[in-house]
Amino acid sequence: MNAFFVMVHRDLLLVMRRKSEVLTALFFFVIVTSLFPLGIGADTALLRKIAPGVIWVSALLATLLGLQRLFASDYLDGTLEQLALSPRSFVVLVLGKITAHWLVCGLPLLILAPMIGLQFDLDNASLETLLLTLLLGTPVLSLIGSIGAALTLGLRGGGALMSLLVLPLYIPVLIFGAGAVYAKSVGLDVAGHFSLLGALLILALAFAPWVSAAALRIAIE
Amino acid sequence: MNDLTNTSWLNWFRLASPSTFYPVAGRLIPFFWILSIAFGLAGLWVSFFVAPVDAVQGQGYRIIFVHVPASWMSMFLYIVMAAWAGVGLVFNTRLSAMMAQAIAPIGAVMAFLSLWTGAFWGKPMWGAWWVWDARLTSELILFFLYLGFIALQASIDQVRRADKAGAILALVGVVNVPIIYFSVKWWNTLHQGASVSMTKSPSMAHTMLWGMLLMALCFWMYAIAMTLMRVRVIILERESHADWVQNLKEVKG
Repeated sequence: MNAFFVMVHRDLLLVMRRKSEVLTALFFFVIVTSLFPLGIGADTALLRKIAPGVIWVSALLATLLGLQRLFASDYLDGTLEQLALSPRSFVVLVLGKITAHWLVCGLPLLILAPMIGLQFDLDNASLETLLLTLLLGTPVLSLIGSIGAALTLGLRGGGALMSLLVLPLYIPVLIFGAGAVYAKSVGLDVAGHFSLLGALLILALAFAPWVSAAALRIAIE
Repeated sequence: MNDLTNTSWLNWFRLASPSTFYPVAGRLIPFFWILSIAFGLAGLWVSFFVAPVDAVQGQGYRIIFVHVPASWMSMFLYIVMAAWAGVGLVFNTRLSAMMAQAIAPIGAVMAFLSLWTGAFWGKPMWGAWWVWDARLTSELILFFLYLGFIALQASIDQVRRADKAGAILALVGVVNVPIIYFSVKWWNTLHQGASVSMTKSPSMAHTMLWGMLLMALCFWMYAIAMTLMRVRVIILERESHADWVQNLKEVKG
């Protein structure tokens, strides 16, 4: 457990030393969501309807941007090899890196989302649901994404390839995340959506770190 | 010792070596081609001349004789591909990984064919080339999963890493296929975009079912024949340094 916290602390420290990379992904999220009203028109009723989908899709893309850096620098300078050789469980260390990624790339989206929601004229109930879905959903994005990042580590055109691998796997999260907000807005019960998002989170938490660790071992072999 | 090597079990494992599998596959290919053509001719005859005209859909429904087998094969081949990839990952057998690599493009073509014929069927029946129906959407995602597998394998130069990484992706994909299918299905029922349903089709005439089964067998045999042909080429590529490949008639001549 100690190894886990050390890993999270180390990754957060590295991010703090180079803030611009993280801020880029966040500004990307803000800019992409702002492009939609410009492309579609400022019809308030329409914007309110597409807001959950737009915010969720932008969140998927913003997470992808951060994923490219998840293992890349450690792979290049050989740190990853040392981590794999260390007597500590490699899976726990990988989970630590994923957690750090979520804290840096997932959690800030939650803070920004209400602001974006206001731009799209979402009411308070929808905003609340949106935040809760993001809270449950973004860790799943980081977990599943880590598998794609590990598989494409050090490859030519790795970033584009990773989005091809990872985006289809993100679809269930997108459906239930955006679907919950939509269901709330038309007065349906959203308990089912949250149960399913929770189930996805548990599944991803149970399997993704192991799969990522296996994929990383293949990459550094 | 001699007795032991002659038992059928060990003979099966002997086939796991590319050098023994290569000639065996070569002998099996014509057999599967003949089966495929025979089933195909019978299936086409039943579907065009025997099966009656559909009361509601007219002649246009006959595209299902290609569409349904293609969809079945696209799903089935993904599972087979993941199974071979998994065997390759666990037992570290080269041939299993080659099989997975050989199957992927065939599955992708089947998924594409299913989407394409589905669009041709949808235009006269629903009045639209594409509706966001649960089945159509999940077939599209399956097509993306195939493309991801092919792209990942193609972009890794070291063969060993390509095989293993592809295997992990195929296994992750096969776990996700049911999750994606149900999420798309529930998404569809929530949004109620298109009010058409392909599941509530009226009970099918027996001859229609026979036509579809014969065509499915034709596609199945075709997929086996193509896989064997592709795997032979992959064997030649990967084992080109080996003596037995250098001594092959087709390589020498």
